[in-house]
Amino acid sequence: MSTTTTDVPHRKREVIEEAVIRFCGDSGDGMQITGTQFTNTVALHGNDLATFPDYPAEIRAPAGTLPGVSGYQVRFSSRDVYTPGDAVDALIAMNPAALKVNLPDLKPNGILIANVDSFTETELRKAQMASNPLQDHSLDGYRLFPVELNRLTRAALKELGMDAKSMDRCKNFFALGMCYWLYNRSMDATLRWIDDKFKKNHVLAQANRLALQAGYSYCEATEAFQTSYEIPAAKLAPGVYRNISGNAALALGFVAASQKAGIPLYLGSYPITPASEILQELSGYKEFGVITFQAEDEIAAITSAIGASYAGALAITTTSGPGMALKTEALGLAVMVELPLVVCNIQRGGPSTGLPTKTEQADLLQALFGRNSEAPIPVLAPASSGDCFWIAIEACRISLKHMLPVIVLSDGYLANGSEPWRVPQLSELPDFPVRFETKAEGFHPYKRDPDTLARAWAVPGTPGLEHRIGGLEKQDVTGNVSYEPLNHEHMVRLRAEKVELIANDIPAAVPEGDDCGDLLVVSWGSTHGPVAAAVKAQRTKGRTIGHLHLRYLNPLPKNVAEVLKRYKTILVPEMNMGQLSLWLRAKCLVETQQLNKIQGKPFKQSEIERKIEEVLS
Amino acid sequence: MTTAALPPYTKKDFQTDQEVRWCPGCGDYAILSAVQTVFAEAGIPRENFVVVSGIGCSSRFPYYTNTFGFHSIHGRAPAVASGIKMVRPDLEVWVATGDGDSLSIGGNHTIHMLRRNVGIKVLMFNNRIYGLTKGQYSPTSELGKVTKTTPFGTADRPFNPISLAIGSEATFVARSVDVFQQHMKETLKKAVAHRGSAYIEVLQNCNIFNDGAWDEVREKDARSEHAVLLEHGKPLIFGKNRDKGIRLNGFELEVVQLGNGITEKDLLVHDEKDPRPAYAFLLAHMELRPGFPTPIGVLRAWDDVPRYEDVVASQIQEVQAKKGKGDLMKLLRSGDIWEVKN
Repeated sequence: MSTTTTDVPHRKREVIEEAVIRFCGDSGDGMQITGTQFTNTVALHGNDLATFPDYPAEIRAPAGTLPGVSGYQVRFSSRDVYTPGDAVDALIAMNPAALKVNLPDLKPNGILIANVDSFTETELRKAQMASNPLQDHSLDGYRLFPVELNRLTRAALKELGMDAKSMDRCKNFFALGMCYWLYNRSMDATLRWIDDKFKKNHVLAQANRLALQAGYSYCEATEAFQTSYEIPAAKLAPGVYRNISGNAALALGFVAASQKAGIPLYLGSYPITPASEILQELSGYKEFGVITFQAEDEIAAITSAIGASYAGALAITTTSGPGMALKTEALGLAVMVELPLVVCNIQRGGPSTGLPTKTEQADLLQALFGRNSEAPIPVLAPASSGDCFWIAIEACRISLKHMLPVIVLSDGYLANGSEPWRVPQLSELPDFPVRFETKAEGFHPYKRDPDTLARAWAVPGTPGLEHRIGGLEKQDVTGNVSYEPLNHEHMVRLRAEKVELIANDIPAAVPEGDDCGDLLVVSWGSTHGPVAAAVKAQRTKGRTIGHLHLRYLNPLPKNVAEVLKRYKTILVPEMNMGQLSLWLRAKCLVETQQLNKIQGKPFKQSEIERKIEEVLS
Repeated sequence: MTTAALPPYTKKDFQTDQEVRWCPGCGDYAILSAVQTVFAEAGIPRENFVVVSGIGCSSRFPYYTNTFGFHSIHGRAPAVASGIKMVRPDLEVWVATGDGDSLSIGGNHTIHMLRRNVGIKVLMFNNRIYGLTKGQYSPTSELGKVTKTTPFGTADRPFNPISLAIGSEATFVARSVDVFQQHMKETLKKAVAHRGSAYIEVLQNCNIFNDGAWDEVREKDARSEHAVLLEHGKPLIFGKNRDKGIRLNGFELEVVQLGNGITEKDLLVHDEKDPRPAYAFLLAHMELRPGFPTPIGVLRAWDDVPRYEDVVASQIQEVQAKKGKGDLMKLLRSGDIWEVKN
């Protein structure tokens, strides 16, 4: 980290605890790249952080329009961070549409850097603005820094002989350079990234470098900014860290699981937002023997995975809500044939095609019940982007040990968002070596382990173990097709018990905060962050509040009902119409209060705090 | 897989103890018998066979073959089988399916499996009806056929399965008939020898719901006015008295009467290795034209296309040869990392 800020008189460097910065612009403005770069840099500096990328659904809506606005928010701190921040300290708006959409989230007196060159009559009209906010005093409540990003970027790149449009496309790096100055961050990581990413295009690499450095220098040289900010590194537990997104963490978790299990990893998948990255990541890990199959459709994705499992691989299939719906029948087959299979649903706004790039957690009931007949399936959900790694491993461990399909419910916010993640030592990963059946004598396909009720895994190619499995009801032990009434009831109950027995294999529920008292806030999935932050804040006001976060939704940890009963009131905030609430009421016979937000955005800490106050008043 | 001597299998080794539940007189019995014999003589360890099926009378097949078997869901057998093949390219994977399972709900998986040339042998029992669900029409039922769901006749033209297979770039396409035991066994043997995808349509009689659908072509040894036996390298001759032939005239096929100056030398000689789909399509579409016979036999058999599962496996091998087998710690620590010390 280089320069001093003492060159310009009256300049100061303020040390603050945290900052929330949001880059926003048209889809073509490179806001995701800018945000990701800034995130990586602050991560490397040692800040704890949380991100919230907010993409539009279309690949490219008409330039400059409101539906085309893309944003990336990152909150970085010298303390623990649970959410990307309710409101923004610094907003970088590349065009009028982005300003219009994002201004409501900027704190009063917040920093607003706006690209003057894009506030033309045409662009203002596209953003449905009657007058130019940079001139009509509507922004007087903020610290406005109008910057001619296009002109300044072109000036910085004029020696390179590029056309105007290409030069303009580098203005996001100019803005990034400005932010590095503003928050006293080193440009090194981004410079390294530019060199690598554009190694085949030297002109573009040079252009981006120059733009980045020019942005930094601009703040350094001009009197526009009197203050820069320093957010010291957070006290994270000792270890090696990297920034990771949820989807990338899932992919790593699956590779780790296959190594621990000692069998090859197979992924059958079909591209769908926001899950496609998992297929893309895993397709690049061939040195680990990973087989990835981009199937012709969602159903071939899961059925090929079931075939792969039958043949002895650790089989995974990944998708989002609509794909989960297509996989329903095959999920039932997986339940019937009692083979391991991990099914990931990266939830998004629905129903139907819904809001592909917006987050939601409304597929819980689908995961619990969405099959014909009684077909119970265990359900797990990661709490954060980094937790996706651990949940992936745990889902595989449970699936392999208990010989049944397992559903993992992540969501778009975790999948695309990122946070610092401590890289574990190999010794921290659980061991679960797989043992295939080899003994022909006394073999029956549906003979079971007495503790788990799991049947043996007898793979094709093993002499003497020839047998048939399928979707028809089976006689227990022999595995022959049977329609016998008592056998059917026995098998239905057995399949249910197999899932219930997993509760012996998972940790008890332990609430954070007060372990009994006025209020228990229960969360699952990505609502962990805002709930943890809200409960922490509310407890300082002298209230007895607990926070129970569930990673295991089915079966629930054995003591959940008992924990719930220790509190006067239970509040369940979730990004759906009350699905966990319904499940807890049914399983634990308790009353619950609901806080439901179904807007395609994560909860704000303030929204949960407000509800807590309302409930406790 | 070891090269130890195989036990001398007989058909009995491939029979299960399960009571066969097809209707008496069903064409499936004959197909089962042929398959069991061919599997026994294939020179492949029994444990390496996997029979995957979907839903339908056809799909009860795995229960009656003493191999690893998977009775999966309607239409999805090619996908399940593809997953098996990618993980274990060394296994001999067969799919038993029907006209509904393969060409209606399973159409998509069928064409993609063939396009990919996954080394799976598909045995499609075509009885031109839905038998298990008791008599609805299928994608191979004739136009205008009256069935339980089409009391005024079907409104749609049927698929020609071998044409669809060729259109999907299948590398082995064949047709046999349930009562042609010897011909079926020979065709199945050729399919065993073929490494890539094989699509074998068996004209099968459902004596309960669509009896007589194939009577025209079922004469012994295909000595019929309505069937022509395809043999690689031999001229196309047919008829009860083997007195008719197929000749190429420009871009069209024509039926000619032998004699009066027309000899075998004028006739089209069957070439199952012809890489041009046009030839195979001409043959496949013959039966739609009045006076033309239905082709029976191997239409196409070429193994020059790599199997999908082998390409997948070789990509992994190449990467491992270059990078070595993956190091998990290195992978977890990849990207920009930093260390927090006490």
